[in-house]
Amino acid sequence: MMASSYNAKDEDGHITVSGPGGGTLKNKKPDNTAFKQQRLPAWQPILTAGTVLPAFFIIGLIFIPIGIGLYVTSNNIKELEIDYTGVDMSSPCFNCSQNFSWNSTRPCTCTIPFYLEQAFESNVFMYYGLSNFYQNHRRYVKSRDDSQLNGDIEALLNPSKECEPYARNENKPIAPCGAIANSMFNDTLELFYIDPNGTKIQIPLMKKGIAWWTDKHVKFRNPGGNNPNLTAVFQGTTKPVNWRKPVYELDTDSENNGFINEDFIVWMRTAALPTFRKLYRIIQKKNSMIPTLPRGNYTLEVVYNYPVGSFEGRKRMILSTISWMGGKNPFLGIAYITVGSICFFLGVVLLIIHHKYGNRNNSADITN
Amino acid sequence: MLRRRLNRLLGGDERRVDSRTIYVGHRPCPATEAFIPPKFCDNRIVSSKYTVWNFLPKNLFEQFRRIANFYFLIIFLVQVIVDTPTSPVTSGLPLFFVITVTAIKQGYEDWLRHKADNEVNKYLVTVLENGQKIRTESEKIKVGDVVEVKEDETFPCDLILLQSSRDDDTCFVTTASLDGESNHKTHYTVPDTEKDLESLNATIECEQPQPDLYKFVGRMHIYKKDQEPAVRSLGPENLLLKGATLKNTQKICGVAVYTGMETKMALNYQGKSQKRSAVEKSINAFLLVYLCILVSKALVCTTLKYVWQSEPGQDEPWYNQKTQREKDTNLYLKMFTDFLSFMVLFNFIIPVSMYVTVEMQKFLGSFFITWDKDFFDPEIQEGALVNTSDLNEELGQVEYVFTDKTGTLTQNNMEFIECCIDGFQYKYRDAGSELDGFCVTDGPVSKLQQKAGREKEELFLRALCLCHTVQVKESPGPGQGQADGLMDQVDGLGLGGEVLRPEEQRGFIASSPDEVALVKGAMRYGFTFLGLESKNMKILNRNNDVEMYELLHVLNFDPVRRRMSVIVRSKSGDTLLFCKGADSSIFPRVRPEEVDRIRMHVERNATEGYRTLCVAYKQLSAEEYAQADAGLREARLALQDREEKLMAVYNQVETGMSLIGATAVEDRLQEEAAETMEALQGAGMKVWVLTGDKMETAKSTCYACRLFQRNTELLELTVRTLEDGGRKREERLHELLLDYHKKAVQDAPPVKAGVTRSWSTANQDYGFIIDGATLSMVLNSSHDSNSSRYKSLFLQICQNCTAVLCCRMAPLQKAQIVKMVKNSKGGPITLSIGDGANDVSMILEAHVGIGIKGKEGRQAVRNSDYAIPKLKHLKKLLLAHGHLYYVRIAHLVQYFFYKNLCFILPQFLYQFFCGYSQQPLYDAAYLTMYNICFTSMPILAYSLLEQHICIEVLLDNATLYREIAKNAMLRWRPFFYWTVLGVFHGLLFFFGVRYLFSNPALQDNGQVFGNWSYGTIVFTVLVFTVTLKLALDTRHWTWINHFVIWGSLAFYVFFSFFWGGIIWPFLRQQRLYFVFANMLSSVSAWLVIILLILLSLLPDILLVVFRKPRGPNARQKPVESSMGGPQSPRSSARPLLMRTFSDESNTVI
Repeated sequence: MMASSYNAKDEDGHITVSGPGGGTLKNKKPDNTAFKQQRLPAWQPILTAGTVLPAFFIIGLIFIPIGIGLYVTSNNIKELEIDYTGVDMSSPCFNCSQNFSWNSTRPCTCTIPFYLEQAFESNVFMYYGLSNFYQNHRRYVKSRDDSQLNGDIEALLNPSKECEPYARNENKPIAPCGAIANSMFNDTLELFYIDPNGTKIQIPLMKKGIAWWTDKHVKFRNPGGNNPNLTAVFQGTTKPVNWRKPVYELDTDSENNGFINEDFIVWMRTAALPTFRKLYRIIQKKNSMIPTLPRGNYTLEVVYNYPVGSFEGRKRMILSTISWMGGKNPFLGIAYITVGSICFFLGVVLLIIHHKYGNRNNSADITN
Repeated sequence: MLRRRLNRLLGGDERRVDSRTIYVGHRPCPATEAFIPPKFCDNRIVSSKYTVWNFLPKNLFEQFRRIANFYFLIIFLVQVIVDTPTSPVTSGLPLFFVITVTAIKQGYEDWLRHKADNEVNKYLVTVLENGQKIRTESEKIKVGDVVEVKEDETFPCDLILLQSSRDDDTCFVTTASLDGESNHKTHYTVPDTEKDLESLNATIECEQPQPDLYKFVGRMHIYKKDQEPAVRSLGPENLLLKGATLKNTQKICGVAVYTGMETKMALNYQGKSQKRSAVEKSINAFLLVYLCILVSKALVCTTLKYVWQSEPGQDEPWYNQKTQREKDTNLYLKMFTDFLSFMVLFNFIIPVSMYVTVEMQKFLGSFFITWDKDFFDPEIQEGALVNTSDLNEELGQVEYVFTDKTGTLTQNNMEFIECCIDGFQYKYRDAGSELDGFCVTDGPVSKLQQKAGREKEELFLRALCLCHTVQVKESPGPGQGQADGLMDQVDGLGLGGEVLRPEEQRGFIASSPDEVALVKGAMRYGFTFLGLESKNMKILNRNNDVEMYELLHVLNFDPVRRRMSVIVRSKSGDTLLFCKGADSSIFPRVRPEEVDRIRMHVERNATEGYRTLCVAYKQLSAEEYAQADAGLREARLALQDREEKLMAVYNQVETGMSLIGATAVEDRLQEEAAETMEALQGAGMKVWVLTGDKMETAKSTCYACRLFQRNTELLELTVRTLEDGGRKREERLHELLLDYHKKAVQDAPPVKAGVTRSWSTANQDYGFIIDGATLSMVLNSSHDSNSSRYKSLFLQICQNCTAVLCCRMAPLQKAQIVKMVKNSKGGPITLSIGDGANDVSMILEAHVGIGIKGKEGRQAVRNSDYAIPKLKHLKKLLLAHGHLYYVRIAHLVQYFFYKNLCFILPQFLYQFFCGYSQQPLYDAAYLTMYNICFTSMPILAYSLLEQHICIEVLLDNATLYREIAKNAMLRWRPFFYWTVLGVFHGLLFFFGVRYLFSNPALQDNGQVFGNWSYGTIVFTVLVFTVTLKLALDTRHWTWINHFVIWGSLAFYVFFSFFWGGIIWPFLRQQRLYFVFANMLSSVSAWLVIILLILLSLLPDILLVVFRKPRGPNARQKPVESSMGGPQSPRSSARPLLMRTFSDESNTVI
């Protein structure tokens, strides 16, 4: 309980209104309202050790279990990270990363084998991660045209000048314009399970449900409404400079093509930090009996299109399960445990101080 | 300002000439060869600052001289010119708003000044021109014009009196609005001027205008046909000052000598300069610190940006190409624009909205003063008035109070209290018994002990009736006293109410109100002074017989002798000398055995704060009289050293008298004057009384107000003490100053810094008394080195005295003193309070000027910052309102800086993670709305309503005022604390979320958050933390606080949903689309928000807990609780309120 009191100061009310001649010149006399006389009834809480002490203990007692819960949850999340940049000579993708050229028509593929020591029981989420990639650079962040992405025909043909220098190419408007779209991640990642008897089984990767629902259904719209013929809709525009194919060929599924392609939408949500991960695919659990990804050998097949060597970036593939708190992150658990402990500790310290102080205070009262 | 204007008007060459020649009526004089009408300034008074034409540029210039406004202008211009992360609207709009509001306010104020000026300047006066009376506007009067003024009119300019309607060539004037002396002064026409002003041919040579009201030197040359020009000397007694009022004289004619801004009144009026409060100075200092922080942040970022970019692949990676224009820009220019961009990005650290909020707080807050019903005075049916709202918080910082005496400390209403005849005390009974007292023929004097002999009684009363210079006002209209509101001077006996006979309805006019009181006192006891008729004084005695006394000589009062005498001859032929004066000047001149009987009464009366006078008489033998008469006549005619010679004769005559009795007159103090003064001193303020009045009077008032206590040792530095030694004044001054300095400063035990302001220490209290003449010696000593030395000595002495009394001050001297203290070491905050026009200059000079809505006109009120009806209201104004306003605004300022620091710090830190690209962390809407909507209302409500200690407690405990003394809440220490807190919060917000985002997959569906989510989480934590931090600091939760604090948070949530819920067609980027909602769908985000808010508030909670026992409430408690009984109405609330560490925790464990 807070030490408090309702100080009803307006109790003297309207008693003092009367005065010599008060009636005749009422308008000049200040109103005797609680507000104008600064006598509004007020709650006057005083934080004292008495009120704070239990609060500290309570906070401590609440936070520590939450922290432990979080920590355990985070630890239970299984995560596997594979760097496939190919910087080392030994890396399977070394060749691809070295021989990269924008104009090559033949895709370079590399295969990275890995061993999964623990089975991933629930749904597995596949992320790609980039490092040292400044998606949050101001020039980059603003280089997009949201009205174009929202299906505005006018903006489709006249991209905003924020998209410069990726607004037009060869006098044709770029769709989608801007640096973000232009630099869309275009590596293809495929996952294969190597059966104990050597057969390669491709693991089905789901590409829906990776973008925010609102983005997919409201914020990003193809121009021309529901016209399924995207080729016609995007007539008169050109593909972004670094893209291999135009936007209307991103996917065969018309629900996932054009601006509402989920890979595209995910990429367009600029990351907060230069090292980031983005959701790539989801591996759905099919059978409650068998783990989604059983223990064993796997290979990751990468169509290596995305150059990161020029800015010393790294590319990763991350497989992770997800809990109610999201991906694996021990920070929250540790922080909660720490803060809870601090509160508890402070509570103890306060208690000790209070005992000493309380005694002194009492004696002071007596002398008075 | 006026000085400057004056100098300009006078021009260089005229300044050198130290006299001016005036041609009366602009008539050329035969003596001068050529009549060149000299150029003087016209009679226009200008107090306004702007004209229609120069308002805009001048006002804008003045506003942009303010460091903050200029800064925002620069930021705005940068945003317009350079490609910056935020739009120019974000800073342009608030700036425009602030500038416009201020300009309108100042324009309105100046318009009011114009109106007031016009009222004075367009006032119609009568000018005699070629024998005709011409009505013209006051501003058209030129030097040399002959002006006619009627009774009760004020003089439109400084005039030399030429003609009066009175027979004796005199006129009466009251200078109440100039120097506060409300008595009637007699002024004389220039002798030997012709009755016919038309034919008067004369020139006046006089000194250049100077502000001293009591000094004037001039000569008048009167030219008559075929005669040598006659020369008459002119003195202050011939000069009628602008602003003074003609009294008791039908009309006068005078020639204008000083006009307009050169009149003594205008010279004593100081331009109303913009007053800045100490808080504003603190704000400016903090602003500089923040400006430095800002610039260094921008510099750091710019430097790091170019360091970072120099690494290969960082400046322009393939995915993030620059436009052609960017590539072409010169490197150094780019660096510079980058620097400016960072400035703009971080400019929110210096909040525009703070100025708006501070202004609003001051403006709205000042209403509480006008609304306060405690300031309402039923007599004048008015409450307090606030002229400037800029200084509310200054009321809580006052260290020196300069108060006027007449009308401020006292009611300027003398009343005869008691007398002592031959050692027996006679107290006049009031009200009910009054009539009886008059009827009893035996003796109207109610006796307390025994009665003196009837003869002695009558002698005493006769003395009272004769020994004065009072005149009976002719034809006093019934009730006129009340009508012109000057009952104290022209007292129609209306006060008593039970006036019996019509002839008693007479008014008395005197140069000193206590003379009137004495005459009226005598009248109550049956001796009525009927007036002076051709050198005969008529007295109506108890038996209703008229006694006649021939007035032979009046030995005038002067402050050095401190007594006056009259020599009269009674019907029976006896020549009598009656003398009255201060005890100290009478006692040595009477027989000692008489003294002892009366001394006791006198001393008792003096300690009660009455003005005491002793009355003595002496019968002169024929020879004695003849000798005295001869001596007096000779001395009066002397041309040289007249004063000294007269004095010698006076001293010679006034010896060997016998003491008859003593009187006690009370100058009624204002209600609760003593209590108020005590409270002020208790609050650590030093009270100085600055008065134009006589020293004795002022001293007794000081005693009555308990400014001087009985054990206070008085250090006197007046003309009298200077002349005691018989040496040169300068030397004596030097000696006395050193002596006093030794006493008061050096010998005083060194006090610790914390206790310097305590006044009731065990050691000796000192009171200091100085008069105007001595002060001017101190301030304008002939040697420059001495002057500054004297000044510092004087200041040091004064600062060590509990109370200082300065008497005989000219208005400008009052201002000088205020200025001197104001500019002394440490720059203490000064407050002047006064009610008359003579106080205007000091009201304007002090940091805070308070006008009392008194009797002496409205000038003080008009020029004051605050006006209150009564002195007693000062206590609440300072102790309650001032204290609260200070605490509120100090907290407001600190909080504003704090909340913007922790607002912008994450944005700064974010630069390290976004390649120093000036990427804002928060969305533009949040950047703009943060200070305007999300966090402004709670602090505004706090700064209007907070009462960390309730008003009653503040009023009861004056000492609480000391806790905020010397700008305690805005010094560097608290500022440092708030800054550290802001930095701590900023770091916590940023890095807390940073570590959360080490894995941006924060939703249970594996989807990731981007940079805007990052910013939104930080911003949410920020808004909640700063609001809850304020909630922690709020001690006084009214429903408004609740509404505003919880309302702001709710509004933030609502706004975020709303802002993120719609695709806004006018936005180029839908950055926040559903960001907030998605954030709330993430458990991790919730957890981190809660954690960070709690962690941020933890230090504050701890601090509050640890600091509490030392707080004012806690200290308050033992005192209150020990008092117990009488405090019962509040004691029910108190213990709860004052609960401290110990008794509260018992309930917990």
